[in-house]
Amino acid sequence: MTWATDSYLEWAPLLLRDWISGFFPSALRGVINDLIGIVSILAVFGLLFAFLTLAERKILGRIQNRPGPNRTGPFGLLQPFADGIKMLTKEDIVPRAADQLLHFLAPVALVAFSLLTFAVIPYGRHLVPVDLDAGVLYFFAASASTELAVFMAGWASHNKYSLLAAMRALAQLISYELPLLLSIVPVVLAAGSLSPSVIVAKQGVWTLGLLPHWYVFTPWGFAGFVIFLISALAESNRSPFDLPEAESELVAGHLTEYSGFKYALFFMAEYFGMCALNGLGVTLFLGGWQAPCAFLEFIPSYVWFGAKLLGLLLGFIWIRATLPRLRMDQLMRFAWKFLVPLSLANLAVAALWQLGTGWSEPLQLVRWAGAIAILAGTFWALGRKLSSGFGPRVYQYAPS
Amino acid sequence: MMNLAFILIAFLLLASAATAMALRNIIHSALLLVVSWFAMALFYLWAGAEFAAFAQVLIYAGAISMVVLFAVLLTQRTLGDFTLAPESRRRALAAVLAGAAVAAAMAYAVLNSPLVVASTPAPTVTVRELGEQLMGPQAAALLVVGAILTVALVGAVVIAAQPKKSDKEHTR
Repeated sequence: MTWATDSYLEWAPLLLRDWISGFFPSALRGVINDLIGIVSILAVFGLLFAFLTLAERKILGRIQNRPGPNRTGPFGLLQPFADGIKMLTKEDIVPRAADQLLHFLAPVALVAFSLLTFAVIPYGRHLVPVDLDAGVLYFFAASASTELAVFMAGWASHNKYSLLAAMRALAQLISYELPLLLSIVPVVLAAGSLSPSVIVAKQGVWTLGLLPHWYVFTPWGFAGFVIFLISALAESNRSPFDLPEAESELVAGHLTEYSGFKYALFFMAEYFGMCALNGLGVTLFLGGWQAPCAFLEFIPSYVWFGAKLLGLLLGFIWIRATLPRLRMDQLMRFAWKFLVPLSLANLAVAALWQLGTGWSEPLQLVRWAGAIAILAGTFWALGRKLSSGFGPRVYQYAPS
Repeated sequence: MMNLAFILIAFLLLASAATAMALRNIIHSALLLVVSWFAMALFYLWAGAEFAAFAQVLIYAGAISMVVLFAVLLTQRTLGDFTLAPESRRRALAAVLAGAAVAAAMAYAVLNSPLVVASTPAPTVTVRELGEQLMGPQAAALLVVGAILTVALVGAVVIAAQPKKSDKEHTR
C-alpha cells in the first residue's frame, strides 16, 4: 500500500473523535467513542435525508419542466428545515378506532430498525462502526424487521386502505427479499466472507493501477448488481414499486391515518432504508470506499464512499421520475418468474467463475465468454417466456 | 452481570410467549410471537452465536412472521375484527395434550444429551466452519430439509394454481 493509505486525512475523523473523548476520564472513553460514532451517523444521514428530499423535489421538478422548490432560502436550500418545522407543529391525529399502542409503535420501530442497518457499513478505511464477522447477515436481519413495522402501521390504522396496503407491502417485501438475498450470495461466495470490511478489502486490487477489481466488473457481479438494485428499489418502496403507498389508488396506503411528525418519521425511515441499501450495494459491488484508480488514493476513502452512494441515490431519483408504477400482478410475476430464476442462474455462473480462478490466459477468455453467454441466454429465455401470453390486453366491458 | 442479562432475556422470551397465548386478539398474538423470536435471537447473541442470532431474526422475524400475518389476514372472514371467541373445553384439552407431548419430547432430548459443565472456553464457530459442517457431515440432513421445503412449495403452487372458471373471463 502507498503512503496515501495512512495519510492524515484518512485518520482525521478518528483523530477528531479521540480529541473530543480526550476531555472525559479514561474509563468512559470507550462509551464516549461509541456515542460519538452513533451521533455522527445520525447527523450525517439526517442531513443527507433532509437534502435528499430537496434534491428529489428539485430533480423531479426539472425533469417535469418546472423549477421545484425555490422560495425558501437561496435556491430553496432551507426548504427541508421549513418542512421539518411544519411537520413538528402539525396536529398529531390518531383515529378513535385505531390500535393506539401499535399505531404509536409502528413509526418508532420503523426508524429504529432502519437506523440499525447503518452500523455495519464500512464508510472508510478506518471508519467501520461495528465490524461483525457476519455483518451482511446482520444488515439483512435488521432490514427485514422493518417490514413488520409497515404491517403494524397498516393494520393498527383500522382503515381498509391501510390494511390493503399492508397486505400489498407484505407480499411485495417477502417476494423481493428473495432476489435481494440471492443476488448478494455470489459476492459472499467470491469474497469467502460475510464481513463487509473483508469484502471491501478483497476488491482493493487494480490491473495496471487503472482497472479496479470491483465485483460489478465481472459477469456475475454485473448481473447481481442490477438484480440487487431492482430488489432494493422494491424493498425501499420506491417508485416504480411504490404499490404499498400508491397515492392515487390507496390514498397513501399505510400512511393514510398518520399525520404530523409520525408521517415525517415514515418518510425518514424510507430514505434511511434507501441510503442503507445503496450503501450496502456500494460496499458489495462497487468496491466500497476503494478509489477507482490506484493514483486517486490520495482522496480520502470516505469521500469515495460518499460519491458512490450519492451517485446511486441520484439514480434512484431518476428512476422515480422515469418509470410508471407496476400493477400488482406484474410486480409478483417480475419477482418470482424473472428475478428469482435469473439470480439462481447468476449464482451458478458465479460458482463456475470461481472454478476458473487459476486458468491460463486463453482459457480466461473462455471463462468470460461462457459466463456472459449463460447469463445472456437465461435473460433472453426468461424475458421471452415472461412476455409470452401477455400480449396486447383485451379489455372487456359490461354489455350495454 | 451475565446472569442478569440471561434472566432478563428469559423473562422477555417467556412473558411474550405466554401473553401471546393469553390474548384474544390474534394479530397482537402474532406480533408478540415475533417479540419472543427476537428474544430468542437475543439469547443466541448472549450465548455468543452471532450467526445463529442474525439468521433467527432474518428467517423468523423477517420471513416466517410475514407468513403468519398473511395467513391470519387471508383466513379472516371479516376485515377488522380479529378477536377470537373463547374456545371449547375439548379444544383446550387438545391444546394441553399437544403442548405436553412437545414438552415431554424436549425434556427427554435435553435430559439425555450429555452437557459438559467444565469451564472450558466457549468454542468460537465461524461461518465457514458452519458451512463446512452443513456441506460435509450434515449434508444428508440439509438435502432432506431442502426436499421437504421443495415439496411444500410445489404443494402451495398446486393449491394456489387451481384454475377457476370465473378467472378466465376476467384475465384475458
